[in-house]
Order: sequence, then structure tokens, then C-alpha cells
Amino acid sequence: MSLVDSAVLLDVRQLEASFLTAGGLVKPVDGVSFTVRRGETLGLVGESGSGKTITCLSILRLLPKASAAIMGGRIVFEGQDLLRKSEAEMRAVRGARISMILQDSLTSLNPAFAVGAQVAEAIALHQGLRGSTLRTHVIDALRRVRIPDPETHLDDYPHALSGGMRQRVAGAIALACNPSLLIADEPTTALDVTVQAQYLQLLKDVQRESGMSMLFVTHDFGVVARMCDRVAVMYAGRIVESAPTRKIFDHPRHPYTRALLDCLPAIDGPAQELTGIEGQPPDLARLPAGCRFAPRCPLAVDACRVYPAEALLAAEHRVSCWRASELSRPTSVAAADPMGAPE
Amino acid sequence: MSRFIVGRALQSLLSLFVVSLVVFYAARLTGDPTVLMLSEMATKEDAARLRAHLGLDKPITTQYALFLKRAAQGDLGESTRYRRPVTDVLAARFPASLELGSVAIVISILIALPIGVYSAVHRGTALDFAGRLFAVLGQSLPLFWLGLILILIFAVWFGWVPAAGRGGPANFILPAVTMGWATTPAIMRLTRSAMLEVLESEYIKLARIKGLPEWRVVWKHALKNALLPVITFSVLLFAEMIAGAIVTETVFAWPGVGQLLISSVNTRDFPMVQATVLLLASLFVLGNLAVDVLYAWLNPKIRYGR
Amino acid sequence: MSDLAIAAKAPPATLHRRRLGLVPWLPAFLLLSLCAVGVFAPLIAPYPPLQGSLGDKLLPPAWLAGGSWAHPLGTDLLGRDIVSRIFFGARTSLGVAAIAVLVSGTIGTTIGLISGYFGGALDAFLMRLTDVALSLPLILVAIVLVAALGTSFANVVLVIVLLLWPRYARQIRGETLALRERDFVALARIANCSHFRIMWRHILPNVVPTLLVLVTLQAGYVVLLESTLSFLGAGIPPSTPAWGLMISEGRTVIETAWWVVVWPGLAIVALVLSGNLLGDWLRDRLDPTLRRSR
Repeated sequence: MSLVDSAVLLDVRQLEASFLTAGGLVKPVDGVSFTVRRGETLGLVGESGSGKTITCLSILRLLPKASAAIMGGRIVFEGQDLLRKSEAEMRAVRGARISMILQDSLTSLNPAFAVGAQVAEAIALHQGLRGSTLRTHVIDALRRVRIPDPETHLDDYPHALSGGMRQRVAGAIALACNPSLLIADEPTTALDVTVQAQYLQLLKDVQRESGMSMLFVTHDFGVVARMCDRVAVMYAGRIVESAPTRKIFDHPRHPYTRALLDCLPAIDGPAQELTGIEGQPPDLARLPAGCRFAPRCPLAVDACRVYPAEALLAAEHRVSCWRASELSRPTSVAAADPMGAPE
Repeated sequence: MSRFIVGRALQSLLSLFVVSLVVFYAARLTGDPTVLMLSEMATKEDAARLRAHLGLDKPITTQYALFLKRAAQGDLGESTRYRRPVTDVLAARFPASLELGSVAIVISILIALPIGVYSAVHRGTALDFAGRLFAVLGQSLPLFWLGLILILIFAVWFGWVPAAGRGGPANFILPAVTMGWATTPAIMRLTRSAMLEVLESEYIKLARIKGLPEWRVVWKHALKNALLPVITFSVLLFAEMIAGAIVTETVFAWPGVGQLLISSVNTRDFPMVQATVLLLASLFVLGNLAVDVLYAWLNPKIRYGR
Repeated sequence: MSDLAIAAKAPPATLHRRRLGLVPWLPAFLLLSLCAVGVFAPLIAPYPPLQGSLGDKLLPPAWLAGGSWAHPLGTDLLGRDIVSRIFFGARTSLGVAAIAVLVSGTIGTTIGLISGYFGGALDAFLMRLTDVALSLPLILVAIVLVAALGTSFANVVLVIVLLLWPRYARQIRGETLALRERDFVALARIANCSHFRIMWRHILPNVVPTLLVLVTLQAGYVVLLESTLSFLGAGIPPSTPAWGLMISEGRTVIETAWWVVVWPGLAIVALVLSGNLLGDWLRDRLDPTLRRSR
């Protein structure tokens, strides 16, 4: 993809981020590349510790300065490399062009300020509004996320609202300035199942109206099926497979992706034993030289001691596995197709 | 929230009651004031008459009951040393203490808060280390000695300020800094640790995600949440402040209530000792109450119920 | 500056607090030295603390004009050698601190253990008591009590103990409450251990780290309290050498004889500072959950 392809909103290339920990220098993000086009939703899937959140923070350049740094790569957003911007320029991007929703709204909303004030701050900061105009915009922002009677909630404090409402407020803050890219870091994990569906629908509707793109971090394949046009699977700091959602479900080519999908019980069909993936996620300070999934992989062979080059299998379907072409049989999930096709 | 306040108010009253009891009995144990008031030539009958006049011959419980009754009417007795109603003497002395105390607190907060915030934001750097060393050192200094050293350096050797006594602005500097020292290191440490915790929060991360400049993240979003635990723990500092007032006024001969306490103890002026202790204890108790109310007001969870 | 440019300079270098190599060894050494000085004062002090001749009064330290190495740090108003008085003062301060902390620690721990372990009405009552005791402004009550009972070593210790035990009780009670719910206590109860035995053998050893931290931190506080009381005339009587008293006496001659005030003060700072540093270090090491600023 060339730098000026206008359909591509975000182009992350070979991103590397290092952290200084008690165990030494580790690289939770080690050569991550993906793209997000205008109007599409890319899912970022992986276990905890795979580097998903750090990737997101890196895009916004919000890694803790004292102990972490981006060591290499490019993050091209709307044609400009974010890694070359000054801090002041980044501040203009954050909240306005790229926004983020965090996982737990109880801790991500400031407990000492009313909800209305927190939304107002985002708007005032980037759009310079004051007074009654500001207030109108705040109410509109709250209404957009389908909070009923928004005027009555302006002075509520976060602890007084339910989890679903709070996450909507977080959404209002993120969407207030109409960002081109919304990064959602497991926004529904802390919500009740019933509320989850509503919230996801809300995000989808907003996306359709505004044409914004989403980078959706999740470990839940059900959410992936619902929300994402394309999926990238991460393991131990690298993307092991990326493809359109349908393809991932129908023909996962990486053993890790397969294993993740196999963990999902099929709704139709006979009752089966629940399977997990053997072993533990690797210690980032002591990574194996070759494929990082090899220690847990049922298909590992000698060749896996060298890190597999990325293979482009079909249109947009990339895998990093020497044995990718062998995994062609469909999975149980594809057969059952429980969640419905993504839009 | 009103229920909370009422509960605290009752507790405060109980504390005051206990203090007054302790002081009353303790003061009586310090010895017979008549000995100091009369000349050596006084006869036993004279002493007895004086004692009766002062009400010292009644059983101690009766004395206390009498004291309470009179106190409720605003009569705290007459100073045996000054021969004036105790309340007059206190009223004359109180403004001096109030002045000094206010300036001291303001200086203390103005120094401690920024250093604490800065220390937390720049954790691990040399400046943070210096700040923390400064705080530990500060908590290891006896206040009276600090005052004397300040006098030595700035009044005696440099001659920049007067050594003692109440007067114009120059007279305030050394005593205020000394008295402020009772609270500065503690506030600094409290602020630092509260800020450190707050800065790790998710909502601070979100504030940065919004694109807010760092100074606003720190001074608006972080500090407001950090102040809550700082204020809670400051209740422990009121005792230090009162101790600071007593010591500072003594060292700098500042004519306030603290110095009055010490001199009254030395001259066995019962009523004065009682009243002074009661006043200081009331201030202490009221101060705690005020802090609790302030905390309740600042904490949206208590203020708005649920 | 872009992240890459920063990263190009050097990878992140600092990680949280830098641990100074000096702590805990320097403060521990200082503390032990001062303890040794106090304990062996009668043997190592060049002069008896109360001996002085007016002819020698207010001699400056040895390196100043008029001073001599017979009195390295100078003499006070009554011609007494300051070095010796500092040594004996260490004895006094450390004595007060050790006894006060030990006694109030014992009382406080016992009450805390009982209160936390048995709970119920007993706990409520004891905690009310503790609350009232804690709500009194310490120095105020101390001044009045010592003035009432008379200035003496014993009275100072007594008053401090009376005012200090609630701090231990509170803390230990909290710990006991938490420990009481742990499995090893349940097992002990199933094994039919008596309450006393459980408290003594199971709960107490687990509160020792907290106790250790408290004791070290309180020791410094007690020394400050005692010297303040002595300075104000409501502490140690003049017949015993005490640092606070020395400073108080030196006040009147501070313009001409600064050494009478400065040396005892430095001694106090040295003692309290090493106690505080040691206590902080202990707190960080033994119980990170206790990390709360005073």
C-alpha cells in the first residue's frame, strides 16, 4: 500500500515498542503491521499480554515515558507519520482525530467531576466552545450515545450511573469531536451481556452515520463476528494472522487462530468437551528464537525454530506459519456460524 | 450528609468533655496555688481563707460540677495571676495566635503542595529524591531547635529580621516558617504519595487520551482526586499544629495562647490553664470536624448520598 | 520531539525509585552508635555530666579562639562539658524512648489483639476508648499531666505511654481482624486450640512485621516529644541531663554561645533521622501494603 492511498486511514508498519521491567528490556510489540481503511472496523484479537493494548497506546503515543519507548516503525495516519509529530501536534490529534474508549468505565471516568463536565472538557478543548453553545453540544453528544434525558444527567457523578450508562458517557467523550478513528479497547468486557449487545449496536450505528473507522480490541470472537470487517490476531507481540472476518472464521490458517476458535463451543451440534490451549503465554523476557507459538503448537516442526515469514495466501489473508497451507479444512465454528455475518 | 455531620459533632463534644475532665483533675494535682500567691509571712488562716475564696476547699467533684455550670454561662473563672476574668486574657491573646497560625498554614501549604506534586510527577529523578530527603529531614528536626537555629542564622548572624516578639511583617517570617514546619514535611509526603497513586489511574490515562496538556492532567484531574486522602490524613496534623503553636510562641516570645499555657502552668494559675487547654482542645476538635465536613463535601460519594 | 528521536538517544533508563546504597546501613550504624554511646556513657564520657566550674563557663568549641581540647565541643552556662552531657543525654532520650515504646507497644498490641480477635461488644468498647484517647491533642495533655504529676523521668515515660498505646492498638487490631479470617486460624480452632494460644502462637507472629515498623517509627517520635517537653519545662527535670533541657538553657546565651544550642540539637536530629530512615526502609521491605505517609 502506498503512502498516499486515500482509502487507508491508518497504516502501521513494523511497530516496535520496548518496556523496561524488573526482568529487563522486553518488547511487547515487536514488528506489528496492519492497516485500517476508512469506514471499516479492524478487530485486534489475542490473549491478555499479547500486546494489543500497548499497540493502541503506541498509536496515540501514550506509553509511560519513564519506562517505555517506541523503538521503531511507522504509524501513518491520514497520510502523516505520527511518530514524527511533536507532542503539541499529537495533542491536537488525540481526542479529536483519534479517540479511545477504555475497558472499565468506572475507573476511566474521573470520579471527582460530573459527567457533563467531562464531556464538555473534550469539546471545549478541541472546538473552543463556551457557555450555552457548549452545553448544547454536550447534550447532543450524550443524546447521540442514546442516553435518555441527557439534560438531567449532566451533573451526575460517575458512581451514580450504571455500568452501561457510564460506558455510553465514555463513548460520548470519545465521539464528541467526530474522530476519524475510534480505538475501542475491550469496551464491552466489563458490561452485562444484555447491555453489551446494545452498546455494540450503538457503535455500529454511529460508525455508519459518520463513516469513522474503528480499531476494535477484543478477546471475544462473538464480538468480532458482530463488529469487525477484518481481523488481526496477535500473539506475543506479533500479528500471526490477518484476514477478512469471514475468512478467519471459515478458514483460519494459523494454528493459534485455530486453537482460539476451537475453544469456542458450538451452539449447534452435539455437546463436546471444552478445550483450551495447552501451556502459557510466553515470558516476554525469554522468547524463543523462532515462532513464538511453537512451544504450544500441536503442529510445530523443526522449521519453526526460524520465525516464519509472512505469506500472503489469498486476497488480504496473511499468515505467519510455515504450515499455513496445510490447514485448509474448515473449523467447527464456520459450520455452526452462530453469530451472523458481519455487515 | 447531615447525619454524618451530626454524628461527628457529638463525637467532638465527647472529646471536649473528656479533655476538660482530665485537665481539671490534672490541674488540681499540680499543687496549691495559694502557696505562690501569698507571701511567706502568711498565716495558715490566711491561706485557708484564700482557699475557701477560690473554692478550693470543696470536694473535687463539686468543684468540677461548679466549673461546668459556670462554663455553660460563659464564666470560666478568674485568673489567679492576672486578677482578671480568664476570658478577657484569652480574648486579648487569641488574635496573636490566630495571626501566626494562619500565616503558618498558608506558607506550609504553598511550599508543601507544589513540592509534593512535583516530586510525584517527576518520580525517580534527583529532584524527587531531594524533595523526599527534605521531608524526612524535616520530620526529624525538633521544632524548637529549628526556631532557635533560624534565629541564630537570620537574626543574630545576618541581622535581617528581629529575633523575637510580635510586630510588623518582618516579625512574622521566622515564627511562621517555624510553625509551618510542623506540617510542611507531612503534607509534602502525603501529597506525593496520593498523587503517585492517582497518576496510575485509568481516568488519568483517559485525560491524556482526550488530548489534554500535561499540566492540566496533573493540576486539575489528578490533584483534585489526590487532595481527598491528603485532607483525610491532615486531621493528624492538627495536633502537630497546636504543638507547633505552643513551641513557636515560646521560642519567639510571641504573645499568644500557646505561650500563655506554658506560663500559666509554671505559675500554677489553675483557671488559666483550664481555659487555655479547653480553648486549644476546642480548636483541635473543631478543626477535625471542619476537615471531616470538608472531606464529605469534596467527596461526591458522600455528598450526594448513595 | 517524536518518539523515535527520543528512542534513538537511549532506551528508557530509570525505573521507579532509585535505591540508595546508604540505606539501611548508614542509619542503622548511626542508631547503633548512639545507642552504644548512651549505654556506655558513664564509661566513655570525659567528665561527669553535672560537674562543672563557673570559671570554665561558656568555653567555645576546641577549634575556635578560647577553646581547648579538654572540652572539644565547649561548655555550657555552668561550665559543664557539653560532650559528656550529650553522651548522658543520649542515655536519657534512648531510655525514655525504649521504655515508652516497649510498654505502650505491649499494652497497645495486647488490646489490639484482644479487640480484633474477640470482636463484638468488647471490641466496640475498646475502640471507643481508643478513639477518645486518639482524639486528644497529645502535647497538650502531656504538658498538663507532667506539670500535674511533677517533672521526672518516670512521669515523662508514664505520660507518653498513656498517650501512645492507642496508636498500636488501632493498627494491630486492624491486622488481627484480617488475620482472624485466614485459614490457619480456622484450622487452629478446629484443632481445639484455646483462644489465648491462637492469639499468641498464630496471630502474634504475623503482626510482628507491622509492629517492628511501628516501633522504629515511634521511637523517633518519642525522642522528639520528650525533648520538646523538656524544652518547655514539662519534661525531664534539670537534675538529669537531657538534650531538650540543654537547648532550653542555651537559649538565653544563643547570641554569644551558639554551641550550647547547636550540638544537642544535632544529636537529636541524628537520632531521630536514623530512626525514621530505618523505619521507612523497614516499612517498604516488610509490608508494602503499609505504605502510607505519616
